[in-house]
Amino acid sequence: MAGSDAAGAFRLPLRLLSILGFLALWALAAVLADRAEVPGPLEVLDFLTREAADGQLFYHLAITLARVAAAFLIAMFIGTAVGVMMGQHRRLDRLLDPWVILMLNLPALVVIVLCYIWIGLTEAAAVTAVALNKIPNVVVTLREGAKALDPRLMEMAQVFRFSRLRLLRHVILPQLFPFIAAAGRSGLALIWKIVLVVELLGRSNGVGFQIHLYFQLFDVAAILGYALAFVCVMLCIEYIVVQPLETHLNRWRPGAASRAA
Amino acid sequence: MRHPGQLDVRIDSKIFRSADGAATQVLCGLGFTLSPGSFTCLIGPSGCGKTTTLRIVLGLDRDFAGKVTLSPPGLRMAAVFQEPRLLPWRTVEQNVRLALPPEEQGPGAAPDLDALFAVLGLKDLRARYPDELSVGLARRVALARAFAVMPDLLLLDEPFVSLDEHIADRLRHHLLQLWQARAATVLMVTHNVREAARLADRLLLLNGRPARLVGDVAVPVARAARGSEALGRFLDDLTREFPETVLA
Repeated sequence: MAGSDAAGAFRLPLRLLSILGFLALWALAAVLADRAEVPGPLEVLDFLTREAADGQLFYHLAITLARVAAAFLIAMFIGTAVGVMMGQHRRLDRLLDPWVILMLNLPALVVIVLCYIWIGLTEAAAVTAVALNKIPNVVVTLREGAKALDPRLMEMAQVFRFSRLRLLRHVILPQLFPFIAAAGRSGLALIWKIVLVVELLGRSNGVGFQIHLYFQLFDVAAILGYALAFVCVMLCIEYIVVQPLETHLNRWRPGAASRAA
Repeated sequence: MRHPGQLDVRIDSKIFRSADGAATQVLCGLGFTLSPGSFTCLIGPSGCGKTTTLRIVLGLDRDFAGKVTLSPPGLRMAAVFQEPRLLPWRTVEQNVRLALPPEEQGPGAAPDLDALFAVLGLKDLRARYPDELSVGLARRVALARAFAVMPDLLLLDEPFVSLDEHIADRLRHHLLQLWQARAATVLMVTHNVREAARLADRLLLLNGRPARLVGDVAVPVARAARGSEALGRFLDDLTREFPETVLA
């Protein structure tokens, strides 16, 4: 235990040092380049404070975050349902497998453009396009999860006549949780990148729209400012929501307490 | 007032198919009736089809020729499997409570489990998770789960294996108590003939390939006298009559 405590004490300064090192390297590169298109960290910070002061930054961040959340929830819900059904019924798996492979390999841009053409330049089209890009990944991960369900626990639940709800909540979902977490983790990062493309192509607000705007003005400080601001938002979600939730849901694993400390 | 169930089992044939398509008949012409409130042990050498029979009775294996009838229908059933089969992400107490029938799930309707946990020595472990328990303790939780249901029909598959003899004895005693208080119909699979003779009213002996019933013996010794020589004499007679099944 002494070893892991020592590692814990070092964790924060090491992480801080790493971030400072990155900023220093960036500042040095900006000085060496000495061009307007390569702004240093201070210029980006200056842009962010101005943009935050007039409320623009938070407005566009909030819009993008809402789209990410909507697409994420839809993709996770549909992807989990389809993936679990495919994992449990071999025939359905064979039937739908080619569709999943097709969707997995369809470029995100094609899906986005088709959604805008067929549905129109609307919010629904934007969210649908992002969700459609993510659903096949969730399906593939959750299909593996459903194949790994322990038949002995299912039999136990059958003998003790668990209701469908109790079976889902206490037997199936806890077994699927590691797979849902894996799909969610990779999904969040993928989705916000696709949301930016969707905003760039067919929305008039959000981080993607702003980046498009500043691209036309060749304002690199603004582009970097918006990108970094959204990365910060995602980091906050990871540390404030995802990791504590994971610790809570894994509390039954032996050694979970010492890992959490 | 609930009534213990009568169980009619008729397995004409049970065939297992291996991956290469070869079929092996494991059970053939197996039939017995358990009268309400009786305690029966199914005995036989390991691998002869005892667990398969139990799985068919539990409704977990429907791929067989024959019929299993439990009457009256809708009875409460509980099982103790060979492995504890606890939900690792739920505490000991949650594992027990989750198995209770829906009408006993509500906070007001929940039965008091204190006495049960105390008898099984689980009082201080209610908030633990199964992976923190030894195998023996996990088996006790599985027994607690089956007892808490207060079943009309209780099926046990080698429930006392790998427990130390002192604890196994206490649990056997508790099983008898539950059976008497509840008047449940009990079917227990074991290869331990002494254990079977001490607990059961009736022994069903299973042997052969495919397995069939080779003996159906009522235990002639009163329960109060089972610590004595009378039981020893009965076991000697049984061994003489069914050497291949009892000694295997």
